Amino acid sequence: MPKLKSLEDLKRIREEAQKDLKVRLDTGTTITVGMGTCGIAAGARDTMHAILEELHKREIDAHVTTVGCIGMCSKEPLVDIEQAGHPRITYANVHPDMVPRIIEEHLIKGQVVEEWVFGRVTRD
Amino acid sequence: MRELSLHILDVLQNSLEAGASKVTLTIEEDLMADRLTITVTDNGRGMDADTVTKVLDPFFTTRTTRHVGLGLPLFAAAARRCNGDLVVESELGKGTTVRATFQHSHIDRAPLGDIRNTILSFLLAARPVDLHYVHRVNDRQFEFDTADIRAELGNVPLSHPAVRDWLSEFIAEGEQGIK
Ligand SMILES: Nc1ncnc2c1ncn2[C@@H]1O[C@H](COP(=O)(O)OP(=O)(O)O)[C@@H](O)[C@H]1O
Ligand code: FES
Ligand SMILES: [Mg+2]
Repeated sequence: MPKLKSLEDLKRIREEAQKDLKVRLDTGTTITVGMGTCGIAAGARDTMHAILEELHKREIDAHVTTVGCIGMCSKEPLVDIEQAGHPRITYANVHPDMVPRIIEEHLIKGQVVEEWVFGRVTRD
Repeated sequence: MRELSLHILDVLQNSLEAGASKVTLTIEEDLMADRLTITVTDNGRGMDADTVTKVLDPFFTTRTTRHVGLGLPLFAAAARRCNGDLVVESELGKGTTVRATFQHSHIDRAPLGDIRNTILSFLLAARPVDLHYVHRVNDRQFEFDTADIRAELGNVPLSHPAVRDWLSEFIAEGEQGIK
């Protein structure tokens, strides 16, 4: 029964994760994907999947989270990237094929993909 | 929508927005009876009797950011096209059940699609909610409850990269096992 073996895996993951949990939650990168009806209809779930795949492939430990309706139907799928010490950047109409470039330029090289930016919020 | 799992994600999202802390998703595929039944039950804020009667009207929504609700009427239309129906039961302060039925073999029935990423999208919600998932195909069944998974994880969140990769594989394996 694979389920029992899987729960064993969880114990190991828990021990590993607890070593750097605080650091990760405090200073990591958070990517948020809008998952309201319009987002879903516009393909937000597949965009989220593309993000998870790309992060996995490149072994990047960013946090990924989903939110409900944020009232901007025509801009969906919306993807928001938040990194400690950087302005929060929101990309609009993000389709799966745009994800590798965003991960490459924004997360790896630290360069915002200006042409796809919809908004930015600077925190003080 | 092109997959039933996208409608499911939309219904799960309603439960989240209704403040639920516990959601049960049951997918039953009975090929003998030629039925597919999808049930989402939550313990969110619920709706009063008046709201429940309006909830399948495409121009009804309680949200203020746009003017029409789309989710439930769209799902209901999909079910009715396939000799099925969608029923909403709700009690204010108690919770809501949405049940959609389809003729399994109906030519217009959209595929279930990528249920794994529907579940992952829901589990990665900013506000964590427990999901009890049951998928039955004839006499085979895949079931889990995130409450059990959380118990193993302690303070490590489901959204932790290592955990979410584990969840993704766990669900893929489970779904594969009942194919
Ligand atoms: N699970 C639920 N719990 C409480 N209220 C709900 C639930 N599902 C739907 N509703 C109510 O029904 C309305 C219509 O839902 P829906 O068709 O999904 O459109 P929308 O979510 O876009 O408003 C919601 O705005 C909400 O008030
Ligand atoms: S789902 Fe369209 S604006 Fe919220
Ligand atoms: Mg909705």
